Amino acid sequence: MKLDKYLDRSLWVFHLNTGSCNGCDIEIVALLTPRYDVERFGIKLVGSPKHADVLLVTGPVNRKMLPRLKLIYEQTPDPKAVIVVGTCGTSGGVFYDSYNIVGPVDKHIPVDVYVPGCPIRPEAIIDGVLKAWLKLERVRGASASSAEKVQKTSA
Amino acid sequence: MSKSTYKVPIGPIHPSLEEPMTFNFEISGEKIKSIDLAPGDNHRGIEFMGRNRNIIQIIYLAERICGICSASHPFAFCRAVENAAGISVPPRAEYIRVIIAELERIHSHILWAGVAAHELGFDSVLYLSWKVREEVMDILEILTGNRVNYGMFMIGGVRRDISKEQIPRIEKTIEYYKEAYQKLEDVFLQDPSIAIRTKNVGVLTYEEALNLASVGPTARASGVKKDVRQDQPYSAYADMDIKAITPDMFSGKVNGDVYDRIIVRVLEVKQSVEIIEYCLNHLPDGEILSEKKIAKLLGILKKAEGEGVGRHEAPRGEVIHYVKLGEGESPEVWKARAPTYNNLMSWVPMLQNQEVADIPIVVASIDPCIGCMDRATLVDANTYQKQVLTREELRKLSIEKTRRMMQ
Repeated sequence: MKLDKYLDRSLWVFHLNTGSCNGCDIEIVALLTPRYDVERFGIKLVGSPKHADVLLVTGPVNRKMLPRLKLIYEQTPDPKAVIVVGTCGTSGGVFYDSYNIVGPVDKHIPVDVYVPGCPIRPEAIIDGVLKAWLKLERVRGASASSAEKVQKTSA
Repeated sequence: MSKSTYKVPIGPIHPSLEEPMTFNFEISGEKIKSIDLAPGDNHRGIEFMGRNRNIIQIIYLAERICGICSASHPFAFCRAVENAAGISVPPRAEYIRVIIAELERIHSHILWAGVAAHELGFDSVLYLSWKVREEVMDILEILTGNRVNYGMFMIGGVRRDISKEQIPRIEKTIEYYKEAYQKLEDVFLQDPSIAIRTKNVGVLTYEEALNLASVGPTARASGVKKDVRQDQPYSAYADMDIKAITPDMFSGKVNGDVYDRIIVRVLEVKQSVEIIEYCLNHLPDGEILSEKKIAKLLGILKKAEGEGVGRHEAPRGEVIHYVKLGEGESPEVWKARAPTYNNLMSWVPMLQNQEVADIPIVVASIDPCIGCMDRATLVDANTYQKQVLTREELRKLSIEKTRRMMQ
């Protein structure tokens, strides 16, 4: 795979915790620190969903966080990719039968990439982000070519 | 609310600990006048789920109460069940449990140190401490098979043994941390810029710490010599002479401020390294499980009746699990009390009359994992104008204050 083809733009990521146990969240921080250091690819965590290309969701979605999950999904500008990190966000995991869990995440917002694991290894998150990257490039590529078509037909 | 004050809600996207919450601050100018806490955003109903599962399934559920304390909760839970069912643990397993628990303490304290530095605006120190932390993650992975959520604990012992080949690797880690300790001490305790931002900030007095029943490093930094490993020695800790670490061991006096909390945690990293070294040198031979057959163990637990309490000194303080075994496979009652629950209220005296820019470091100083503290809203009581502060902006205020004080 030619990485440079896709590395034309940095990815900014917003991390949302919807009730996870912390395991995935500290692995996400570990990603940014010297051992894994994804910032060398221009991937960084941002403080507002309005600046993000990718929404990184951890946790099984509890009742109180559900409206915030939907709100933050809507606040992230298009084109966006949603990555669910961890088993509990993918399927409910060990929390599947709780009265307060309304997940998994894909019941409420569209999800592009699933990274299962309890918790995930940092390498797996990098792989997931790369998959999201490919999706975003595809979407951007498609919209760029359709814009060209529109220009051609109008001309 | 008087007209001269503002109200600042922070949260609720701050759910990285067991008890995430919304903070409501009332501020006058830059000074905090009152604090109100509203927890509940991360409620998953863990104790409820535990009542529908058997004891061995609950161990893995207890592990997922918190990913950072993923040895402490199973440790306390297994001790509670063993206490209720009268199961004894082989000595080798007790030592392995202590090794894992202390490795976890090293990783948790260094993680905290990095987060605290980040809140002050020292990102290079964040990177340095997390680089140092990767070594303990490696050794945990070698010993348990996973970086987080180790799956080591079992009723009546541990699930994996430490082999002869692994011991030199652990010794290498011990050497690494003996060297790294010097670096940590230089960076955190000798650095003037950390000192000016943390000395006399977020003070919790000895009396307040006692009244609010604070636990762990938060209480010890206020001079309360409280440590389960010292007060009620259990497991392999009983073979050692563990003393609660208070800041006067380093600086000669107790102030109860954020700086003292840093001292306690940095010194505890050294203490943990010494405990692991002792455990390795005195590791007894023998079995690691009192009952190897899980089905038979479940049968024993099904027949067992009674109550049990398990206590453990987690990195953040004392964790207590209470279990009542009755008829059937599931416990009748399971109650977990995590240390942050006790420490929450110590925020109130700590934050009184502090500046808004000090919120991140004071809140982080009890180690609640502030990593997800996301946004704050400022409402002017006179004009009702809303000003939304994100976590980044709050951190920016904190960094600006550091720069101001450095000039």
